[in-house]
Amino acid sequence: MSEQTFLEAIRAGLHEEMSRDSAVYVFGEDVALGGPFGVTKGLAEDFGTQRVVNTPISEGTVMGLAIGAATAGLRPVIEIMFIDFITLALDQLVNHAAKLYYMSGGQLAIPLTVRVQCGISGAMGAHHSQSLESWLAHVPGLQVVMPSNPADAKGLLKTAIRDDNPVVFIEHRGLYWGRGDVPNGDHLVPIGQAAVLHAGEQVTIVALANMVGAALAAADELADSGISVEVIDPRSVSPLDIGTIVESVRKTGRMVVAHEAVEQGGVGAEITAAVQQHALYYLDAPILRVAAPFAPVPASPALEKEFLPGQKRIVQSVKKLFAHS
Amino acid sequence: MAGKQESSKDLVDLLRRMWLIRAFEEKVSALYAERQIVGLLHLGIGQEAVAVGVCGLLRQDDFVFGGHRSHGHALAKGADVNRLMAEIAGRATGYCGGKAGSMHIVALDAGFITATGVVGGTIPLALGAAFAAKEKEQGQVAVVFFGDGAGQAGPFHESLNIASLWQLPVIFVCENNGYAEFTPLSAHTKVERLAQHAKTYGIPSSTVDGNDLVAVRSATSKALEIARARKGPVFIECLTHRLRGHYEGDPAKYRELSQLSEWKKKDPIGRFARLLKSKKMMTDKGLQAIESEARARVEEAAGFSLSSSWPASEEVATQVTTINFQPFSG
Repeated sequence: MSEQTFLEAIRAGLHEEMSRDSAVYVFGEDVALGGPFGVTKGLAEDFGTQRVVNTPISEGTVMGLAIGAATAGLRPVIEIMFIDFITLALDQLVNHAAKLYYMSGGQLAIPLTVRVQCGISGAMGAHHSQSLESWLAHVPGLQVVMPSNPADAKGLLKTAIRDDNPVVFIEHRGLYWGRGDVPNGDHLVPIGQAAVLHAGEQVTIVALANMVGAALAAADELADSGISVEVIDPRSVSPLDIGTIVESVRKTGRMVVAHEAVEQGGVGAEITAAVQQHALYYLDAPILRVAAPFAPVPASPALEKEFLPGQKRIVQSVKKLFAHS
Repeated sequence: MAGKQESSKDLVDLLRRMWLIRAFEEKVSALYAERQIVGLLHLGIGQEAVAVGVCGLLRQDDFVFGGHRSHGHALAKGADVNRLMAEIAGRATGYCGGKAGSMHIVALDAGFITATGVVGGTIPLALGAAFAAKEKEQGQVAVVFFGDGAGQAGPFHESLNIASLWQLPVIFVCENNGYAEFTPLSAHTKVERLAQHAKTYGIPSSTVDGNDLVAVRSATSKALEIARARKGPVFIECLTHRLRGHYEGDPAKYRELSQLSEWKKKDPIGRFARLLKSKKMMTDKGLQAIESEARARVEEAAGFSLSSSWPASEEVATQVTTINFQPFSG
């Protein structure tokens, strides 16, 4: 084990996979310079600007280029600097990357990793703060992962790069500088397996990305009120590990889902639907979602604070579930 | 000039290939009229000289990308006639098991990487294949076919910029057939020749008569010298015309009949046949035989396709990814 920030763990994962496989190339705006947060810092020095390729600000075309390179034997990792800009690349991602294996009847696999940074921090406003994972999870052919800690970030990224299918790897900006233990050696985390991060008996909190930290803090706070909380991090939103969540809810009988994306049409709705299908008769209370209001992300720090779901709202929601028991 | 160095057999083979595409598309059209083939079909009848002129000079391992009107490009690159027809007919024996249909053909064995239903969508993909080819140093080039309608799309311009910036071995082949769906090019842009855009990005370009096989081959030959030598991209604009509507069933009322008859006189197959005759490489009898062979070949393909099974129902959600995820069943 060694302690690393989330950002360093991603960088280490990229470095290891580029060393391991000469077909791995990194494309993106300013990636050879490290990018705005320094995730790719040093890669160009070690692997050259031929493999760590700065691109013009042409997200759609660079996405298509990466897909085309994948059809011709490379294993590209493309960085979209903010998930807000993935809108520009969705045509290529959704219509080509996601569908080519199916449409070609299995002739053409697309080993593509899309690294994209998301989320709220630093009052950046509506075009640099969104959480759009549910859009991507709606597309057959895409795998969508969303790590919450440095060890998972590294292990999932390495798995994504080795995967023969397109994987969207979503990095919440608020997590970049958080530290955690990362296993040494060739650390791989499978895509599609949730992690139970805190065991408990009375309520299940399913949380994504930065909401995992808030959920763990809420679990500690709720323990003081005598409520035993289980915290589950799905880690991948597609495929979604429904089995682990259902198993937990069958035990606890209560569930809160927390994510930073807006509530309407979010991944929480999918999780809720699956749980009612498979665990309705185990439920002692309605399922509640803790998510952002149905509004664009505001720029003012005062409004941003209001917008952002977190520990306080998770605790309030859990307490509501126990109000009548 | 490509034409002068060629044996008469090579040139006759080009005519055969154009006839195969023409006969194929006419058969598809007939089967569509009989409702034996369904779907959204875009035929390139009248544009065969572009597909054959370009692909006839490519290596099997060169990467070719098409658009929504690409049956001819796949056939010109060497796609199997039976499997292509079966794919368009939605059968299990098709190239893609019936999952692609007319607009999304992949014929990897022929180096036809993919077509697309999104106008201009494969232009960036060709850049990526060219990038990989350059890195792997195996000498391949990437070729992408698209229409004049793609020339007003963002990815077209972004792609020209990046191909030029990185000097990628990609050949852009614009089939300027004068119409973007139902609207003439003049209503979509003030730029009369799309090759002008290539000039803006510093890409060598030419505008040729796309119904003249010899002219297309000559331009392609020059383009390949540049691309194979890794001296950057090339843009070829081929002026042509589709003799059918935008899609099968389109009455094409936006087009003057006089315009259609003018273009019929410039039919690329007739022109090339006349050229071969004038060079004493072909007789009327020989021409008849080529047409008959092509029609017989596509009849066989139609028989193969229509007697093939439909895809099995369990195929509906297979091959979504290479991993077979099992949904939670309780």
